[in-house]
Amino acid sequence: MTWQPSASLASLREAASLRRSIRSWMDQQQVLEVFTPSLSRAAATDPHVLSMATRDGRFLHTSPEFPMKRLLAAHAAAAARIHGDSALPSQLQLPELSALPDIYQIATVFRAEEGGRYHNSEFTLLEWYRVGMNHLQLIDDLTALLKHVWLAFGLRWPGLQIKRYGDEVQQRLGCWPEQLDTALIERYFLDQGRSYPQAIGDDVDAALDLFMDEFVLPDFDADAFTVLMDYPVSQAALARLGKDAQGRAVAQRFELYYGQTELANGFHELSDAAVQRERFEADLLKRRELNVEPVPIDENLLEALASGLPDCAGIALGLERLHMVIGRHSHISEVICFDDQRA
Amino acid sequence: MANYGTNEFKGGLKIMLDGDPHSIVSNEFVKPGKGQAFTRTRVRNLKTGRVVERTFKSGETVESADVMDTTMQYLYSDGEHWHFMNPETFEQLAADKTAVGDAALWLMDEAVCEVTLYNGEPLAVTPPNFVEMVIKETDPGLRGDTATGGTKPAHMETGAVVKVPLFIEEGEKIKIDTRSGEYVSRVK
Repeated sequence: MTWQPSASLASLREAASLRRSIRSWMDQQQVLEVFTPSLSRAAATDPHVLSMATRDGRFLHTSPEFPMKRLLAAHAAAAARIHGDSALPSQLQLPELSALPDIYQIATVFRAEEGGRYHNSEFTLLEWYRVGMNHLQLIDDLTALLKHVWLAFGLRWPGLQIKRYGDEVQQRLGCWPEQLDTALIERYFLDQGRSYPQAIGDDVDAALDLFMDEFVLPDFDADAFTVLMDYPVSQAALARLGKDAQGRAVAQRFELYYGQTELANGFHELSDAAVQRERFEADLLKRRELNVEPVPIDENLLEALASGLPDCAGIALGLERLHMVIGRHSHISEVICFDDQRA
Repeated sequence: MANYGTNEFKGGLKIMLDGDPHSIVSNEFVKPGKGQAFTRTRVRNLKTGRVVERTFKSGETVESADVMDTTMQYLYSDGEHWHFMNPETFEQLAADKTAVGDAALWLMDEAVCEVTLYNGEPLAVTPPNFVEMVIKETDPGLRGDTATGGTKPAHMETGAVVKVPLFIEEGEKIKIDTRSGEYVSRVK
């Protein structure tokens, strides 16, 4: 019967408790809850994140990232105005700037063509930004939040291990991600007796995506958190570039997993408007290659970055997936009262 | 011929892969948050029965297989072929050993079967879920022993061997679940 919910009452209670524990942690940390629009004239250009278009030519957001960054840039600009910019010595500006509020949002977001055990086209992201932090500090911040939530649910802390994307590739394929071609990855699949889709063509990042899923994630501790960091430059998305311990260029980006389930994406946020525009345009080119509809670039975000985004780190965490881990649910429909099949 | 996109995949869908008809056994949507989506499937080759894993990039399309399940009545076997009839059109066709496979063990007079046709030719035969058969040979029954739960092998006319309770006698008619090959009950 499809009129009935797919989630049990116990599961709905867990969902409510999860939001309550997150809000209590954010309050303790003095992170301000904000609310940004779900509809926008612009959309995420990411070739693999598909927005739903509305009849009036707008798009339902796939994450609240762009307007949240606009808020951060606006707060920074306001703080700078109060100080009259250059008039004051920088050490005097610091207290005021450090008073810039960190912000968070619990947002319902929408992604087209995603459905399955871990995917529902409408789902919830917890997104937060920490001014003055980099991605490494954000990993600690995320860990503190998770420990708070685990405590609220009376669960034993399962531990968190940090791994590096490059190392995982290097250990298995014998070279770094930036040295790979698809032929080498395909050969590895065949050697391991696994199916490799020819449709991948020469898309190294697509081949790497499948490689990670087939060979790397299954080795993560099934009952603990894993943070995978230092992504290939080709997958930088909205993260800054930096150097790893060996001096290789990497994206300052990480993902959080529990077992093999991806839970969150964190970035040391790119703040250079010109570089951001180049990445948006590269995305649109890739969309054309993949035969994916183009979308309007968010010019408001680019203007905000040009005005000045404070140095910050930001992260989006999928709440339904986190709920699945907490309640040991095996299908996302068990944590959504009316899933895609019933909505 | 129709094509299916990966987003139309579901269990039981019949598709062409490497020139052979396949049936999708299970499918799973795989996608990193920021990355390429894939559909990982397990497919059964309808000619060989082999199940293999096959991964598709999302958005790929595959040709549908011209495979049809029809209800047909079993008529007889001439030793080489098994003959079936469509009870509505009275059309007859013959299936060979590869198509019939293990179903041969359960084919009795007028059994109503599902015959899977590929390009009009029989590809597989699924017997009725339950059949009733007379036991041709088994060890003598232990009368009154209905409690110990022991079993013994019983040979059927078709060559099938079914484990039956100890109290069952030669010449008795029993009901069998063909999906598991297990004894269900005595038929009075």
